Amino acid sequence: MRYAMAIDTKKCVGCSDCVIACQTENNVPIGYCRDWIVEVTDGTYPQLEMEIRSERCNHCDNSPCVRCCPTGASHIVEGGIVLVTPNECIGCGACIASCPYDARYPHPDGHVDKCTFCVHRVEKGQQPACVGVCPTNCLYFGDLDDPKSEVSEILKTRKYKTLIPQAGTEPQLYFLI
Amino acid sequence: MREEIITSGRMNPKIDPYLNIWHWEIPIYLFLGGLAAGILFFAAFYTINGKEKDFPTAIEKTPLIVPFLLVIGLISLFLDLHHKLYFWRLYTTIRLESPMSWGAWVLMIVTPLSFIWAAIHLKKVFPSFKWPFPWLDIIEEFFIKYKKVIAWAMIISSLILGMYTGILLSAFNARPLWNTSILGPLFLVSGLSTGAAMNILFAKTHLEKKTFSTIDLALIGVELFLIVHLFMGLLASTQVQIDAASLFLGGSYTAAFWVLVVLMGMVIPAILEILELWKFKIPLFVPALLVIFGGILLRFIITFAGQTSRWLY
Ligand code: SF4
Ligand code: SF4
Repeated sequence: MRYAMAIDTKKCVGCSDCVIACQTENNVPIGYCRDWIVEVTDGTYPQLEMEIRSERCNHCDNSPCVRCCPTGASHIVEGGIVLVTPNECIGCGACIASCPYDARYPHPDGHVDKCTFCVHRVEKGQQPACVGVCPTNCLYFGDLDDPKSEVSEILKTRKYKTLIPQAGTEPQLYFLI
Repeated sequence: MREEIITSGRMNPKIDPYLNIWHWEIPIYLFLGGLAAGILFFAAFYTINGKEKDFPTAIEKTPLIVPFLLVIGLISLFLDLHHKLYFWRLYTTIRLESPMSWGAWVLMIVTPLSFIWAAIHLKKVFPSFKWPFPWLDIIEEFFIKYKKVIAWAMIISSLILGMYTGILLSAFNARPLWNTSILGPLFLVSGLSTGAAMNILFAKTHLEKKTFSTIDLALIGVELFLIVHLFMGLLASTQVQIDAASLFLGGSYTAAFWVLVVLMGMVIPAILEILELWKFKIPLFVPALLVIFGGILLRFIITFAGQTSRWLY
């Protein structure tokens, strides 16, 4: 099993509903976020192109954050989801420095926090909170090893990219372009 | 002109607009680790070579400060942790892939060694010193008998410790400035150089002063060579590495790095040491203090600049 997410940059309008849904669902401390919106404007005026992306932890296959953790608090569970166990984490910050996407942050309680792909919902067969709430339905979540899953189907028909694949972490967020 | 404008909605404290997770604690930890490694290396080296008579400062006196350096270093590391109550988790597992983990373990080996080394030399430095309990004398005798073995353990572990202070940073692929294998040797050599400088400060005899200032001169030469290589490597690499190098080549760390670290911490002490070798009267504590000062700043600047160098936005 290999969970992954596809994000349709052509449909995303940058409304930040996914951000709020995550903050509510996961009790994210005020002033912090586990997912966020990035807008890129590229080109020569007036020929400008805009891309809007909903970003979060890439749940990398080759995850430096897990490798550099001195205690094993950062670990990988079933389906490739990367998690942090708060009461094993000493808050050394190594994993934060190791993530090329800066997807982690120090929780005010001391441990490190990040996107969990809403593992508590996924275990029950539900979708991550951000996916469920998106008004344009631009987020797809599922198992890449299952050719019939929503995410596998959409990746078959659309062009996509990952962010900084050259960092070598094998990210599992696929941005449809 | 083609332009790319990126706006991110993420504003996580200590992460944005640039990483700011490590403050003074980590550079101090790295500096003290390197300095301790340098002092222990020379003490062990001259003991193994049977030069006890010629180098009493390096073998007996200077190592007395190492336990303090390492304890302060460990306290700094502890202060850096955000989840302090769980500190002990560091020592319930060894994870070889994590420099933070094996480095903490190396310190757990070097620190007791440095205590033993200091303890068996206390009587030589302070002749009136006596252990309060007779059984301590027995333990001392035991360790003195195995002094050469301890010296061997010290020379190996001090080299690993010195190297580790650089590898802790260079293992982060996510920070292009740090992600160069030069950092391990550079911090090791800088640690040895500050160790030699400490010996110059404490030395009483002309022989020791002269030997360590010559050693320091050679080490500074190696450091300058490594710094040239560091930039050659970064500049010959991909755009993110070039951007990282430009932090020091016109960017916001240019003056601090070239003036304070390279000029004041390496070039000027080297010139003073050369003049001394040419029989000019130079008080050697000046270059020694400059080298130590440069060593501290090198750790600070690399730690801070590295956190501003990134892949994305
Ligand atoms: S995006 Fe960052 S935090 Fe998430 S798995 Fe990859 S390296 Fe780790
Ligand atoms: S901050 Fe916590 S999760 Fe991150 S590397 Fe350190 S111990 Fe592991």
